[in-house]
Amino acid sequence: MATMLTTATDLPQTYVGTRTVRPDGVDKVTGRARFGADFNLPGQLVGRVLRSPHAHARIVSIDTSKAEKLPGVKAVVTRDDFADQPSEFIPAGEMMINYRDMVRNILAREKVLYEGHAVAAVAATSVAIAKRALKLIEVEYEVLPPVIDVMDAMKPGAPVLHEDLFTVGVEPKPDKPSNIAKRVEIAQGDIDAGFSKADVIVEREFKTQPVHQGYIEPHATLASVSEDGSAEVWCTTQGHFIVRAHCARLLGMDIGKVRVTASEIGGGFGGKTVVYLEPLAVALSKKAKRPVKMVMSREEVFKASGPTSGAHVKVKMGATKGGRFVAAYAELRYQAGAFQGSPVQPGVMCAFAPYDIDNVKVIGYDVVSNRPKVAAYRAPGAPISEFAVESVVDELAKKLDIDPVELRLQNAAREGTKAAYGPKFGPIGLIDTLHAVRKTDHYTTPLEDWQGRGVASGFWFNIGGETCVSLTVNEDGTVSLMAGTPDIGGLRASLAMVAADELGVPYDKVRPIIGDTGSLGFNFLTGGSRSAFSGSMAVVEAARQIKADLCRRAAKLWEVPVDQIEFEGGSVRPVGDAATKAKPMSVADMAKVAGKTGGPIGGYGRINAQGAGPSFGTHLVDVAVDPETGRVTVLRYTMAQDAGRAVHPSYVEGQYQGGAAQGIGWALNEEYIYGPDGKLQNAGFLDYRMPVASDVPMIDAIIVEVPNPRHPYGVRGVGETPIVPPMAAIANAIENATGIRFTDLPMSPPKVLKALKERCRNKV
Amino acid sequence: MRYQAPESLDAAVALLAGAQGEARVLAGGTDLLVQLRADLVDPELIVDIKKIREARTVAEERGGWRIGAAVTGAELKENTRLKQDWPGVVEAANLIGSTQIQGRATLGGNLCNGSPAADSVPALIAAGATAAVVGPRGRRDVPVEDVMIGPRKLSLTKGELIASFFLPPRGRGAADAYLRFIPRTEMDIAVVGVGINLALDGAGTITTARVSLGAVAEKVLLVPEAAQAIVGSRLDDAAQERLAAQARRACRPIDDKRGTIDFRIDVAGVLARRVASIAYERARLR
Amino acid sequence: MAKHHVAAQVNGDEVEFLCETEETLLDVLRDTLNLTGSKEGCSSGDCGACSITLDGRLVCSCLVLGCEVGGRRIETIEGMARGETLHPLQQKFLEHAALQCGICTPGFLVASKALLERDRDPTETEIRYWLAGNLCRCTGYDKIIKAVMDAAAKMRRG
Repeated sequence: MATMLTTATDLPQTYVGTRTVRPDGVDKVTGRARFGADFNLPGQLVGRVLRSPHAHARIVSIDTSKAEKLPGVKAVVTRDDFADQPSEFIPAGEMMINYRDMVRNILAREKVLYEGHAVAAVAATSVAIAKRALKLIEVEYEVLPPVIDVMDAMKPGAPVLHEDLFTVGVEPKPDKPSNIAKRVEIAQGDIDAGFSKADVIVEREFKTQPVHQGYIEPHATLASVSEDGSAEVWCTTQGHFIVRAHCARLLGMDIGKVRVTASEIGGGFGGKTVVYLEPLAVALSKKAKRPVKMVMSREEVFKASGPTSGAHVKVKMGATKGGRFVAAYAELRYQAGAFQGSPVQPGVMCAFAPYDIDNVKVIGYDVVSNRPKVAAYRAPGAPISEFAVESVVDELAKKLDIDPVELRLQNAAREGTKAAYGPKFGPIGLIDTLHAVRKTDHYTTPLEDWQGRGVASGFWFNIGGETCVSLTVNEDGTVSLMAGTPDIGGLRASLAMVAADELGVPYDKVRPIIGDTGSLGFNFLTGGSRSAFSGSMAVVEAARQIKADLCRRAAKLWEVPVDQIEFEGGSVRPVGDAATKAKPMSVADMAKVAGKTGGPIGGYGRINAQGAGPSFGTHLVDVAVDPETGRVTVLRYTMAQDAGRAVHPSYVEGQYQGGAAQGIGWALNEEYIYGPDGKLQNAGFLDYRMPVASDVPMIDAIIVEVPNPRHPYGVRGVGETPIVPPMAAIANAIENATGIRFTDLPMSPPKVLKALKERCRNKV
Repeated sequence: MRYQAPESLDAAVALLAGAQGEARVLAGGTDLLVQLRADLVDPELIVDIKKIREARTVAEERGGWRIGAAVTGAELKENTRLKQDWPGVVEAANLIGSTQIQGRATLGGNLCNGSPAADSVPALIAAGATAAVVGPRGRRDVPVEDVMIGPRKLSLTKGELIASFFLPPRGRGAADAYLRFIPRTEMDIAVVGVGINLALDGAGTITTARVSLGAVAEKVLLVPEAAQAIVGSRLDDAAQERLAAQARRACRPIDDKRGTIDFRIDVAGVLARRVASIAYERARLR
Repeated sequence: MAKHHVAAQVNGDEVEFLCETEETLLDVLRDTLNLTGSKEGCSSGDCGACSITLDGRLVCSCLVLGCEVGGRRIETIEGMARGETLHPLQQKFLEHAALQCGICTPGFLVASKALLERDRDPTETEIRYWLAGNLCRCTGYDKIIKAVMDAAAKMRRG
């Protein structure tokens, strides 16, 4: 239920906006906090997965009999242990899911569709026995040619992954299956008329590779199924209610019989919004009648959990010589991995969203190929399309001889702009972030030879969603707060601050925890930059209930009409004619007499949060290019992003800096490298090169606040936008340093050196 | 899988020579344990040499240095006099991996892992180091460039292990240096590694030199032609160009997930110039 | 094959345990000694989440065998606080919000402590290079480096 909101400015705020120490912090700095692999139960078994060595093959037969007979093996599961699921698309926040695909992803049925695709799982009394058992499972494959790259997968004659996949969104409907799952399009105005008005047109093609979310904690779960068929699951996840829903559905269990506890989560970034091990662990535990613990190795994480799409993008933009964008066109081809569902739709929606352009057309294709099924990765789809667009905007700026920030200011979306993907923007902060960046000392610091500066902006729309928070006032006036979205980086602190300010109690008297699925109503997952936004809304609602209840109790206690009672500054007090009837009582005072006044005091905020506000950001980066080796060094990084209202500024800055660092890796060194056999060659942190501490400078994070009028405090989600601008900002900086426009990510040294040498040769 | 930690070289040799299945030497474990975990090796016996005195000692010997095969990179860095004499060898050993890796990784392990991209090997070869190989038939000194003959292939026979390395006397007016190219700033395997050791006369002319290239062939190369390119010069631009050209010529690299053939060849030339300049400056200061 | 019997010192306490040859020290710490503060991120020495000190030397425990540590002194994250008093590094990490998900935090704390025991006044660059073996995916390293510099300053003031 939506709440009608007061504006942020008239609420008393002691904590919101300050830098408190997070309540779960001590456990994390002492090693006490328990992550997914830190749980153990007596009698537990080790679960391991047998994975396909082939990128594409038909499964002819699976024989687990030898494995089942090995002493110490207590259970084996294959596709036969999971009922098939009908095809049904379910919106799951930012991406769609289909159970028919999901049941095949957790264990292959007709075919294996990527190297690493799970084929069977065992539970045994030791790691050594589990490993031996996997070797005893005999799988007969009919190996098929794989297709990896998105353009190759779209070609007629490419190996087809699914015989029943017919492209949706094209007319006439195709009669032959292909790897193109769907075509989507948004449009406004008249694109051809728009281009005819352009004085300058830039058209470019871009290529990106799949990159992994790179969370340091591998997937891990512990499942225990009892004789009555009820299951307890501990797992590292961004959405334990989602895990519950998927396990219940895939295993044919009542939702109420599955209780999932979210452990502390060691990073997710979207990659832990899906299930891989959990249904297997539950199925194994059900068979073995003992708890089963399963943890992925790092190699399995890379090979068998979803990275984001690799893509091919074409962008064409036209502008008048005065700098007004008159037309914008893009074609996005995203590969989804083994099953359909790449984030091409949000990619299409976000591509030109930062700009006010009358004539826009964006087409997107969702394409399957023999790679792991993609999972969400921080603003899924947007970093790819906006990398391309922001690069083209930079080229336009150069051709028009207009400063790149100025060009963006002239065309920036603002309040009232209608985005090409549909909505009209409310108050938004893109212009503020552009100004903020331009005002910095970084913007005007002189550069040396072979150094360059680049700027880029970015956007993510953010979501709200179903959220439940319970607030309980304990007998001594302390407050227990139970939220239902896993805390991936500071949520508990933010919610506790909001609760403390709402109820007028000291911050350290609020104890926040993340409840399991048995303790709260449905919570959508932590993602979409929604947990602080929606969670705080639910806290406000729960606090509102408590405050109203305290007024009713005081009315009874003081024998005063309830309309002469107010809650203010942490106390209930009589006002008006009754003002002298009683002294104010704090929350703690009221807690002491809770029993006498009706029983335990609590509030339960159950909402489907609406009104999420988009967050815009602008990044500024300086790079140095070594012309003899092609190595790019990031010298300086400044970013400004609109948070609406930063509940905890340090954690908002943290989101900004973390997303920027991921973007730096995506820009310069991260990519999935495949051999011609369709096998992943760099399935480890050695050769999947994420930024280390010496690779990045300090990242100056500027919080801009344009309050979101649809949130009681003005909060906007912030977690995803930070990863959107970095790749283009760095590509623009490299162009500024070298005069060469790179359109192919990552911009790794061999590519940069090759381009520099080719330019030398062409000049001669 | 058995584990033994003998306290003498003879005992270690006996264990290795007598092993029925595959036996592996354990020093720092930074390669062996990774391979064990990835199921790439399954030895029947692990022989830990860290209790053997010679393998763990760094000492000056006959004007040069004897460095135990199981001395860690971090320990080498803490030896001020060794660092003064052989900064290239010490910095190479301390580029392997991370601080944590350097706390365990050893020169012996880095060489015997048999990777042509090993960081410390070009520096050892350039220094003219020899490996003291002990085995069932006794002890022999092998120039380091003759130990690794191909990827994961050593010239050691069954029962043999490296006990220590000998670095020759440093002398005045001589110095070494090592650089590698990696895409990030740390943590990567070398895409190209170059070690150069040179000596100058009183006038600053290079009298002797050794140039070694790593990660550009199936083993770490000693490139006499590259050394000849700068002997007799004061490392002027023309000498540097000759050096770079010879370094490029010597490469026979592969395309892999870390670099392309062209890239490795180009960068070998670039690094050779840069390393020679550093070694030259250091030598002038000695 | 019988297990190895090993006696060692962990965070100042004498411990004894049994382990197979192929078990790493990380396996022993987490699964046998129930010290789950050291984390397994990669099993190949590339992420530093399993960092501990062995006789005062910073290493990855995933690259040390359990049977190697007989008679040796091991320090893990669990030994960093002194009773109820957090180490200045732990305190500064909290104050600077130098952790988000926290999985890398034990490794960073152990590694930073090892640095400050050797060098009381490291520069920003020296800190970054020392910590290059500790991967963080959440923070972009900025607040971690600031926390280490602030802790070093506090420890210098005594």
